[in-house]
Amino acid sequence: MSLPKRIPWTLVLFLVGLFIPVLGSRYYTFLATDILIFAMFATSLNLLLGVSGLVPFGHAAYFGIGAYVCAIFMKDLSVPFLAAWLAGGVGGALFAAVFGFFCVRLTSVYFSMLTMAFAQIVWAICFKWNDVTGGEQGYPNVPMPSMAWLEWLPWVGDLRIDHKFYYLTLILVALSMAAMRRIVNSPFGRILTTVRDNAERATFIGIDVRRYRLIVFSLAGGFAGLAGGLFGIFNRGVFPDFCYWPKSAEVLIMTILGGIHHFWGPSVGAAIIILLNQYIVSYTEFWPFFLGLILLVLLFAFPGGVAGAFAILVRGVRSIVGGRG
Amino acid sequence: MLECRNLRKTFSGFVATDDVSLSAETKRTTAVIGPNGAGKSTLFNLITGHLQPDSGEVFLEGRDITGIAPHKICGLGIARSFQRTNIFAKLTVYENIQAAFIAHGGRGYDMWGVSERLFRDETEQMIEHLALQGIAGTIAGEISHGAQKQVELGIALAGNPRMLLLDEPTAGMSAQETHESIALLDRIAKERGLTLLFTEHDMDVVFSIAHTIAVLHQGRIIAVGAPDDVRCNEEVRRVYLGGGKH
Repeated sequence: MSLPKRIPWTLVLFLVGLFIPVLGSRYYTFLATDILIFAMFATSLNLLLGVSGLVPFGHAAYFGIGAYVCAIFMKDLSVPFLAAWLAGGVGGALFAAVFGFFCVRLTSVYFSMLTMAFAQIVWAICFKWNDVTGGEQGYPNVPMPSMAWLEWLPWVGDLRIDHKFYYLTLILVALSMAAMRRIVNSPFGRILTTVRDNAERATFIGIDVRRYRLIVFSLAGGFAGLAGGLFGIFNRGVFPDFCYWPKSAEVLIMTILGGIHHFWGPSVGAAIIILLNQYIVSYTEFWPFFLGLILLVLLFAFPGGVAGAFAILVRGVRSIVGGRG
Repeated sequence: MLECRNLRKTFSGFVATDDVSLSAETKRTTAVIGPNGAGKSTLFNLITGHLQPDSGEVFLEGRDITGIAPHKICGLGIARSFQRTNIFAKLTVYENIQAAFIAHGGRGYDMWGVSERLFRDETEQMIEHLALQGIAGTIAGEISHGAQKQVELGIALAGNPRMLLLDEPTAGMSAQETHESIALLDRIAKERGLTLLFTEHDMDVVFSIAHTIAVLHQGRIIAVGAPDDVRCNEEVRRVYLGGGKH
């Protein structure tokens, strides 16, 4: 017996994803939607962390901006969902471009601190600007997108709204992931890895390091904004804590735990954190304590994250089962 | 081709280069020698835009390039290597050289192409050219020091530069490696019609391939000329060649 050279994991996962509402449990669909959105958010962060070697502490700002823009466009301006969602992405990208303009002038920990400072400004504005964001009270009752087109499908058409929204999320997240993957594997992505590896050397092959960093920062902000737009609807409301620093930390933890050197690492991390959160919380109120312990063990045992450990495992199994070559 | 005029650079009071004027003739090989701390690396950094001079200018084919950003100077056809090997240590040898082709080919902002397919032939040709075929798939940080220097040369050559600045190209190499890489450099420079400007501590290397030698001492040029003239220069013998050692 030998394992096939390449298992199309992405396709397998997508197919599994299609079946989740079939289980008929609203709870499973709820968890799966949550995981999808955070997988996308974490993957957008990894465009910076793993691909470009930048460590932002304020990535939630763009998630929050996307959520507010999408929700406000849908509710106050009655813009159709798809346009509002894209506007959320554009909003995230634009703010990231403006803040990034300053952030990429700094490196290492100074870069991180400045991203965090900007995120705190965004949070403070969302927290206080009652007329637009609803301030501290948040922005509630974000409408569900009209998913009339799903009515045409057999079986799916009769599902509850949350299952339908799950399908919508699955499709949009899959498309966004495909786009990010394409970017990572593009010549642009290759140049980003050279900048991550050795920025000085990259300059001397003619790379404008700051410009590349600004572009990827803006892209990551855009994808975070798209994830935020979905989350605002899923959550049926947008709140200032979407932009608050613990949110940035949460997604950072997901990404690192999952593994920054693999495209799917952050998604694995998002799934693990969300599932652990759900299950441990039902046993103990000391959930953060156990999260800390788990992180500690994982970081020491598998510095490459869960995806890194998994890759080593697969390679090991292949060499035992299939023999070399 | 390249001309430096009266370059001066100080670091908080310490004069690294003082009134340095130097020109590198097209398709000739020029060497800058001098003891450690003479200002060789500073001079290179001034030329490639890594440092800004306090005063003085750098001209490339008559065009003032003083103070232009390094990545732009690179785009004008000046490639450089570093004294301490400077490569993309976590990428493979192949990826190192391919990335340089992508950057120089202006494809770096392409977000929708597939990088694997780009510049395949050029990259493989370059790898063959530098005799790195056996280790193309190896992580560059894990290969021998000599091979890393070759990779660095490959990165520089991928830009098809007209001028190559090499900062101590044989630093840390064994005699055998030094000999081989100098032969390779000489061959490549001739084949491609490159203007070469390099610093070097190994006198045999310098006198074997340089057409012109400039001697830096304490930030100043104390002699410049053909190898034989420099060899006979009294002051040079005194400060650098250590009288009769060569």
